[in-house]
Amino acid sequence: MIEMQDVYKTYPNGVVALNGINVRIKQGEFVYVVGPSGAGKSTFIKMMYREEKPTSGTIMVNGVNLAKLKDSKVPLLRRHIGVVFQDFKLLPKLNVYENVAFALEVIEESPKAIRKKVMEVLDLVGLKHKIRSYPNELSGGEQQRVSIARSIVNSPKIVIADEPTGNLDPETSWGIVELFEKINDRGTTIVMATHNKEIVNATRRRVIAIENGKIVRDEAKGEYGYDASYV
Amino acid sequence: MTLHTFKRHVRESIKSLGRNGWMTFASASAVTVTLLLVGVFFVVMFNINHFAKKVENDVEIRVHIELTADSRQKDALRRQIEAIPNVKEVRYSSKDEELKRLIKSMGDEGSSFRLFEQDNPLSDVYVVKAAHPQDTVKIAKQIETLPFVHKVNYGQGTVEKLFDALKVARNVGLVLILGLLFTAMFLISNTIKITIFARRREIEIMRLVGATNGFIRWPFFLEGLWLGMLGALFPIAALSIVYYNVYQVYEQRVSLPFFELLPFSPFMWQLSALLLAIGAGIGIWGSVMSVRKFLKV
Repeated sequence: MIEMQDVYKTYPNGVVALNGINVRIKQGEFVYVVGPSGAGKSTFIKMMYREEKPTSGTIMVNGVNLAKLKDSKVPLLRRHIGVVFQDFKLLPKLNVYENVAFALEVIEESPKAIRKKVMEVLDLVGLKHKIRSYPNELSGGEQQRVSIARSIVNSPKIVIADEPTGNLDPETSWGIVELFEKINDRGTTIVMATHNKEIVNATRRRVIAIENGKIVRDEAKGEYGYDASYV
Repeated sequence: MTLHTFKRHVRESIKSLGRNGWMTFASASAVTVTLLLVGVFFVVMFNINHFAKKVENDVEIRVHIELTADSRQKDALRRQIEAIPNVKEVRYSSKDEELKRLIKSMGDEGSSFRLFEQDNPLSDVYVVKAAHPQDTVKIAKQIETLPFVHKVNYGQGTVEKLFDALKVARNVGLVLILGLLFTAMFLISNTIKITIFARRREIEIMRLVGATNGFIRWPFFLEGLWLGMLGALFPIAALSIVYYNVYQVYEQRVSLPFFELLPFSPFMWQLSALLLAIGAGIGIWGSVMSVRKFLKV
C-alpha cells in the first residue's frame, strides 16, 4: 500500500515539483499517472521508491515512512519494489538471463533459487526462448519485457513504471500493458506513468492526473487527460 | 557475505578487467610506470642505506696508548673508557697485532714493513666502538682527556662529512618516493574514475534493484586490487632481471672493497613483495575513492 500525506518537494534550484500531494493506493490496484511533461509526474513516481526525498510530508510504502527512511535502509526497500523505465536500463554486456538474474544476485540469493525464479519470470514474459540473446539483438518490446521480468523477479508487492511504452510502437505497447495486467492479476500493485491516451482510455483503470505539482483529478475507471485538455 | 557472493565478486571483478580492456591497460600502466620509478628509487635507497650502515659500523675509535703506560695503568684506562656512556665495546690490540694488520692492509707492498718486526715503533691500541655511530665524535673527545692516551684516531672530519651526506641522501630519497606514490595514487584514482564513470549505469541499476553499497563496492575494490597487482608485475620482473645482472657483473668484474651491493636474495624478494603491496594499496585506494562519489544517495 502507498499513502502520501501533504507531500511537498522543492528542488535545490528552487523548482517546486510537488505542491501538496495526498493520495492512497491500495494493494492490488492498477493506477495510471498522467500529466504534461514537467508537471511533477516523474517526481511523484520517484518518491515511491525513494529516489527523491520529500521536502515535507509523509510517504508510507508497505508500512514504512520513506521521508524518514535512512539511506542505508533504501536497498531493503527497493527489494520490495520493482521499477521499470522508458529506456529499459538493461546492461548491454549481459544476456537476457544474466540481466534478470542480476536483480537476485545483488540480494545474494542462492544460484539454485536464482535459476528457478529467472526461468519462471522469463516464461511469464514470453522470452524463455531468448535467454542467451543480448539486449542489442532484441526489439524494443522484447527489451522492455526483459526489464519487466527483472523488476518482478523478486516478487515485489509494487511495480512502478515510468513511461514504459514511451519508446515503443502502438502494437508493442499493447503487449507490454497486457503483461502489466497479467502481473496485476497476481495481486501486484501497478503504478504506471504514461502519455499513451489510447491505452488509458481503453483499459479503464484508475487515473491520477498531475499538473503543476498537484493532483487535479483522481478517478476510478478514468480516461486520459488533464486539466488543460480534459474538457 | 556468502561464499557464492564472494565468488561472484571475484568473477565480476575479473570479467570487468576484460570488458574494460583499454581502461584496464591504462590503469595498470599508470601503476607500472610509477612502481618502476619507485622501485628504482628503492633499489638505490636500500643500497645507500646498506652502505651507510656498513660504514657506520666500521667507524671505530683507535685509542693509542702512551708507550710508558704499564699493564695496571692500561687496565685503568680500559675501565675509564668503558665507563663512558654509549661505549659498546673496547678491544685491546697489542702493537704486534697492529703491525700485522698494517702489513696485511698494504697488500703486496706490506712486506717492506716487515723490517719493523725487529723494533716495533707502533703503540698498543684500544679499539672502541660506539653503541650508536653518531656518538663516535663525542666519545672520542672524552677519551682524549683521559690519562695515558697518546692519540685518538677516528677519521676526524671525514666521518662527520660522511654522516651528513648519508643523512641528506636518505631524506631526499624518502621525499622523492613519497611524492611519487602520492602522484601515482591520484593518477590511478582518476583512471579508475573514468572506468567507473563508464559503468555508472551498472551502479545505477544495482542500486535500483536493491544492492547495498557494500555489495556494489566489492567488485570495484577487487578490481582495484587486481589492477594494482597487475601493474606491479612488470616492474617486479624488470627490476629483478636488471638487478640480478647488475649484481653479477658488479660482484665479478668491479667489486670495490668499500662498497658492496645487497645480495639478490633476499633483497629482491622483499622488494618485490613491497612493490606488490604498494601496487595493491594504491589500486584499492584509487578505486574505493572513485566509487564513493557514485554511492551517495
